[in-house]
Amino acid sequence: MHPIEVENLHHAYGDRQALVGVTLDVPQGEIFGVLGPNGGGKTTLFKILSTLITANNGTVRLFGYDQTDKPHEVRKHLGVVFQHPSLDLKLTAVENLRHHGHLYGLWGKALNRRIQVVIDQLGLSERGADLVEALSGGLRRRVELAKAILHQPNLLLLDEPSTGLDPGIRQQFRLHLQYLREQDGTTIVLTTHILDEAEWCDRVGILDEGRLVAIGTPAALKEQVGADVVIIDASNPEALADRIKQRFGYGFTLVDRSLRVECAQGHEFARDVVAAFPQEIQSVRFGKPTLEDVFVKATGHGFSESAINENRDQA
Amino acid sequence: MTLWRREVIRFIRQRSRLISAFAQPLVFWLLLGAGLGQSFHPSGAPETTRYFEYLFVGIIVLVLLFTAIFATISIVQDRREGFLQGVLVAPVSRGSIVLGQALGGTTLALLQGVLFLCLAPVVGVSLSISSTAATIGIIALLAFGLTNLGLMIAWRMDSPQGFHAIMNLILFPIWILSGAFFPISGVPAFFEWVMKLNPLTYGVAALRRCLYLHDAAGVGEIPQLTLSLLITSLFCILTYVGAARTAAS
Repeated sequence: MHPIEVENLHHAYGDRQALVGVTLDVPQGEIFGVLGPNGGGKTTLFKILSTLITANNGTVRLFGYDQTDKPHEVRKHLGVVFQHPSLDLKLTAVENLRHHGHLYGLWGKALNRRIQVVIDQLGLSERGADLVEALSGGLRRRVELAKAILHQPNLLLLDEPSTGLDPGIRQQFRLHLQYLREQDGTTIVLTTHILDEAEWCDRVGILDEGRLVAIGTPAALKEQVGADVVIIDASNPEALADRIKQRFGYGFTLVDRSLRVECAQGHEFARDVVAAFPQEIQSVRFGKPTLEDVFVKATGHGFSESAINENRDQA
Repeated sequence: MTLWRREVIRFIRQRSRLISAFAQPLVFWLLLGAGLGQSFHPSGAPETTRYFEYLFVGIIVLVLLFTAIFATISIVQDRREGFLQGVLVAPVSRGSIVLGQALGGTTLALLQGVLFLCLAPVVGVSLSISSTAATIGIIALLAFGLTNLGLMIAWRMDSPQGFHAIMNLILFPIWILSGAFFPISGVPAFFEWVMKLNPLTYGVAALRRCLYLHDAAGVGEIPQLTLSLLITSLFCILTYVGAARTAAS
């Protein structure tokens, strides 16, 4: 039994399909990242996992409990960090934690001990008595995390945890999560639209237009793409693509007005192609595949491009 | 219950809420009582009862109504600010979440209601220990029912503005047509029926009866105490069930 077992999950808001046939398992102690552009279905998946909504179709079992039949059992195991803050601004950080502890059946000395542990762990001891409305965004985020792990959940769910955090704090946040996994064996699922954030997850699932288009470790996913990726910028990319194809035999994908090709000997191709079309080419980039390349290969379109289309659909 | 405690702490920290829930009805009472007192004698009440005194009970109910409304607006805010999400994913049943919220609102309303009750001697109502105890009991019951009614609406709302509209459209008329503002005797037949069907009429009657526990003639023609208590209790139960169901859906 895995902490998360999702089978053939479908969910729609009216006519708009938010999730289409998503199947995935997350084993104990894994940090799993759900990567996708905004509007790709991440938040819907998150809401279903956190028991806020029930899916139209399909089964979700958390720790062996069916999420629809036994939401109460499921909730005991969950720690949740929402994208939007869920703290009471008029209470102090410690009061927020105490209140949260009560909701999870923690009282008295046991609760005070846990509060002490989490505020020490997250470096909040000096600000614990301050009203939350007086804390900075980064500190509030830490209180959110403290709240979510206060009752030592087996599964920690985080929706876009690094939204609004500067890079230094983002790094700290990541270390906290890794520490939790090492220390308590907590299973962690986070959603993100930031490619870098997905890089350090044990496994990544890529969600686009409600479909899980790829799943695996970041390394394995990148290996599937091929050896090297060459990206060419040109004033007239379509015309250039035809001419390069005639000459070198490579097929291109056009992503965000750039030509993109996967090939085994990327450095040689880059040299040759610049020599062949010095006038037409503005720049050539060459590198090892990234998760963005994985996304492009799986969906046939660019990561930011699909986000733009989604936004247009919603508008 | 932890939600109850939070509600009380929040209330104490927001002075403006404390003052407005108390001062608003006070101003209402003074203005209406003074303005209408000369030209209006509550029909059906004894000759000696002045309008000021008649309105006093109504104003206590208005205090409860306002406090209940303020408490339930905080539910709408909780949802907007995201606090409620954290509560909804906790292993706590919807019924007990609503109970916590309702008891929080009830406590605040009770505090303010009792504070207002201290003004009773000013209008010439003499309180004994038994009538005070009975009155406080009724205030608590009414506060619970009204908070639940507010919750029932608040759980469906996603903006405080919408809630204000509903409040003016539903809650305020319920108060006006409850015998708090003018007595049931002497109103047009249609109004009389509306007032008879209004559950708050019986709440106001119960409160009036308890306040004048030793002076049954002082209350005029209003429903009997047993009937009033029965209907008010029923109102509490129904609104609680209604609020819990709204929260669960």
